[in-house]
Amino acid sequence: MSAPLLSVRDLRVSAGPLDLVDGISFDLGQGEILGLVGESGSGKTMACRALMRLLPSRQVAVTGGRILLGDDDLAALPEADMRRLRGHALGMVFQNPASHLDPVMRIGDQIAEGLRLHRGLDRKAAWAAAIDLLAQVGIPDPARRARNYPHEFSGGMRQRAMIAVALSCDPGILIADEPTTALDVTVQAQILRLLLALREARGLAIVLISHDLGVIAQTCDRIAVMYAGRIVEQGAKTDILRRPLHPYTQGLIRCQPGEDGGGPGLPLPTIAGQPPSAGEMPAGCRFHPRCPRASETCRREMPAPHALEGRIVACHHPLTGEVP
Amino acid sequence: MRAGSLRLPLRLGRRYPAFGLGLGVVGLWLLLALFAPLVAPFDPILQDGTIALQPPSPAHPFGTDNFGRDVLSRVIWGARIDLQIAFLGVIFPFLIGTVLGTVSGYFGGLVDTVFMRILDVVLAFPFLVLMLAIIAILGPGLASFYIAMAMVGWVSYARLIRAQVLVLRGADFIVAAKSLGFGPLRIMFRHLLPNAIAGSIVFSMSDAVLVLLNGAAVSYLGLGVQPPVAEWGVMVAEGQGFITTAWWMTTFPGLAIVTLALGFSLLADGLGDMLGVRE
Repeated sequence: MSAPLLSVRDLRVSAGPLDLVDGISFDLGQGEILGLVGESGSGKTMACRALMRLLPSRQVAVTGGRILLGDDDLAALPEADMRRLRGHALGMVFQNPASHLDPVMRIGDQIAEGLRLHRGLDRKAAWAAAIDLLAQVGIPDPARRARNYPHEFSGGMRQRAMIAVALSCDPGILIADEPTTALDVTVQAQILRLLLALREARGLAIVLISHDLGVIAQTCDRIAVMYAGRIVEQGAKTDILRRPLHPYTQGLIRCQPGEDGGGPGLPLPTIAGQPPSAGEMPAGCRFHPRCPRASETCRREMPAPHALEGRIVACHHPLTGEVP
Repeated sequence: MRAGSLRLPLRLGRRYPAFGLGLGVVGLWLLLALFAPLVAPFDPILQDGTIALQPPSPAHPFGTDNFGRDVLSRVIWGARIDLQIAFLGVIFPFLIGTVLGTVSGYFGGLVDTVFMRILDVVLAFPFLVLMLAIIAILGPGLASFYIAMAMVGWVSYARLIRAQVLVLRGADFIVAAKSLGFGPLRIMFRHLLPNAIAGSIVFSMSDAVLVLLNGAAVSYLGLGVQPPVAEWGVMVAEGQGFITTAWWMTTFPGLAIVTLALGFSLLADGLGDMLGVRE
């Protein structure tokens, strides 16, 4: 892989004394799709909000690590410089398109606004470009639809419109936070195909956040699995899905219905217990209370991420040499 | 006027009767004020001692006042001044209050604290007392009235919009706007304000009633419009001495104030229904 577009090193996000994201590192290459998987509360959304420096309140802050984009460290950039990069360098697509579009502004105007600000187009050119973008994200009859308000769009169309809004600023990296969770399955597949097509057409690099391994499997090149604020395993998609090394990843994959699951008529396997909350992290490996392979070492020592079989795993007892 | 431009108000009027009625009443006064020179039968300030204090008659339907001026003509011309009072007395507080409230609510912190303390100081005094004090300093007249209104009236608008902004500033679409690299000004005035303004617009209509009555009150006290200009508050004040002998001098301008105020109230009510705002 050539030099990565974006490098995150030991990123830490804290709310007061609590670490929500505890030292994660990953790279994102040009035109690459990285899937960030994990349960609710594993810190994946916080990690991405931190990349945009759009954390939900003043109490939550980036407290360590670096976010390297070109020559800039986004973790240390003054707010004014960060604002110039937002939208343009990094775009974001959110989970719930119904609430993330301005309800009282026409769709076309919302797209044109970014075009005018970031590309300096005049009103007419921006409107024409907005219609063009709506066509690119697959909205039928875009010239008419541009004059609609968000409430006149269906869920899938709103998500397409929000992707068009994000693209209006011509970002190099798109952060998609659960972009298909609020949509039904057929529309979900269409949106994922759209993201793949945009990657082809624009060389867009995408960080795709999801709790759904199916979504990740359909789209991503590489996967990073998060648990309790840390990345427990990351590597190429096929490696990880075919042969997970971390017991948590294995558990996640087994929870999927389908051929690797319990089989027809059998209950779906689950991972026993609950993920720990940020205030009550267990000592040692954070997964050990739920891990079938936990040993005394796991209870005492936090496993450091290390390279293993072409990926990075943070586990004392990885599932090496075993046929799952 | 194009025929099409009337279609929307008519349709809205049918769906929201209060709005339609209010629009009708205010619209009627607006037309009367606009075409006062054509509609009014006499010059509103022409005095004729020979016909002073005549009761309503076919020649003077609203009677004449103690200087022999036609009350009907004075009521019609008075609409010009009173509508101007209602408009200018609302628009300045509306603009000042809305901008300050939005900025204060959006940024919060020290900015908000300072604005809110200034607001508390204004609120600490009774509304009319503070206004009269400002007018007394500036000297009587309509200009002083507008300045006093702007200085005192903005607090209601500021509080109203600030409360809305506080609710909306954490909204998802504001986060989305930030994620596009938009600056605070653009976010405040292009995205926050259009979503937060509905309540203020409705309030401004009911505020117009209060401003109108304030204007009349201030003129009644001799601090607003100066004679011989026709203004309803002044007319009521002038007729006060004759209330037992010439009831028409106070009744008709009084009714004019009541109907216009009622019109604004209905407009406020109808707009509230239409925009889904409940006060």
